[in-house]
Amino acid sequence: MHPRRVGVLVTVAALTAGLSACGGGEKTYSSVVEKAKETKKLVIGVKVDQPALGLKKPDGTMEGFDVDVARYIAKELGVPESGITWKETISKNREPFIQQGQVDLVLATYSILPERKEKVTFGGPYVVAHQDIMVRGDDTSITKVDDIKGKRICQASGSNSYKRITDPPPNGRAIETQLVPAGSYGECMERLKGKTLDAVTTDDLILAGFAGQGGGTFKILGDPFTDEKYGVGMKKGDTATCNAVNAAIAKMYQDGTGQTLAKKWFGSAQGLTLPTAAPPAEGC
Amino acid sequence: METLIANLPEVFAGFWATIRLTVMSAVCSLLLGLLLAAMRVAPTPVLRGVATFYVTTLRNTPLTMVLLFCSLGISNVLHLNFSENPQMNGYWFAVLGLSAYTSAFVCEAIRSGINTVPLGQAEAARAIGLTFTASLRLIILPQALRTVVGPLGSVLVALTKNTTVVIVAGYAEAAFIMNELIYEGSGTVGIFLGFALGFVILTLPTGFFFTWLAKRMAVSR
Repeated sequence: MHPRRVGVLVTVAALTAGLSACGGGEKTYSSVVEKAKETKKLVIGVKVDQPALGLKKPDGTMEGFDVDVARYIAKELGVPESGITWKETISKNREPFIQQGQVDLVLATYSILPERKEKVTFGGPYVVAHQDIMVRGDDTSITKVDDIKGKRICQASGSNSYKRITDPPPNGRAIETQLVPAGSYGECMERLKGKTLDAVTTDDLILAGFAGQGGGTFKILGDPFTDEKYGVGMKKGDTATCNAVNAAIAKMYQDGTGQTLAKKWFGSAQGLTLPTAAPPAEGC
Repeated sequence: METLIANLPEVFAGFWATIRLTVMSAVCSLLLGLLLAAMRVAPTPVLRGVATFYVTTLRNTPLTMVLLFCSLGISNVLHLNFSENPQMNGYWFAVLGLSAYTSAFVCEAIRSGINTVPLGQAEAARAIGLTFTASLRLIILPQALRTVVGPLGSVLVALTKNTTVVIVAGYAEAAFIMNELIYEGSGTVGIFLGFALGFVILTLPTGFFFTWLAKRMAVSR
């Protein structure tokens, strides 16, 4: 046989062996708790672009409320911080990532909704956010939700929060506004600061994060009009993990860590009510 | 796929926005590109220098940066706006950014066409006493433009596809609607394929038309 061909064959054989070794080495676990206990490792999906919730810093480390809660839950499941692999998730890929098993848990401003419950199981909620409105600190013309009639509000790409205001009931409040399209909530904030729009609306915790980051003074109206229960997403039917996560969340608020974390990340925002106890669990 | 069908009016509105944006940007960038090409072959060094600088800069800057500069820079920081209406304002900033960017490519396409016109044509034009502008208008450009119909078609197809990033300038077109539907609905792949098909429907006939036109207009030398 030609030497080069032998080389190719050897390579192919080695690759195949490598692949099958991978396949064989991957033990499947019946639940995430079991995996956490045996391997001391977890893959957790978080956002990387949401200040004060899930944010990747320039040096590659993660920070934010979601991230800290994830660390606490992981610790309760027996996984040290070094055993956590952070996986970037965006709103669009949370369900596919869970269903394909690319992540074990998701803590990414993930509201518990009936239609999502059909695809994934939720632990928690670990905090309840409310949709609210943020305006410039010196803007006195908007003090409650109905005041934004005719004002310019941000329509961020890949989010439908604005519909809670503009859509007819029961989904929204049928308030007529001028929509200003923008690429992201970060851009919305820039435009709010630059006065090319008047109000940004989405979950108050997300707003609080951006307000703390961008410089300039903003205020949240404190006139909430929805409940967004942020849950921990996991594979559908993983009840054992769900129960363990719920126990961890209850403990987090009992020992005061939950309140401390909320204060740490959202304490500086004007007009926000911080949680004092664990939100009632949804049940698994 | 159901999401796509249930939201058909929004989908069409999105593509209509894309078409409006493409057509206006195409017209603006053709005009600006012509002007730039004329400047690049002008006898005045200053004009040549300015046009070369513009084309080199814009052609080598990512489109997203150009659009962001329009929206955050010009609109948000300098407070220079086209309109009080946010939708119209976003539209014109998107047109401005896209035209500024695309005109650099149009200019280079036209200049390559000018280079195909034999030098003798320009010399003859000058010999019968035509000025630079007149020789460009009557002799050079008519021949040059006929040879670059094909390349200009490619630039137009690229422009159509480039409209998908104009959200950073504050204008919602088809891709923005797609993101919204993916966020709200189920079945990412179906929505994605639907929008991809929409763009193919826009760009494929454009490509065919320009190939046909290029053949028809070709100068036989």
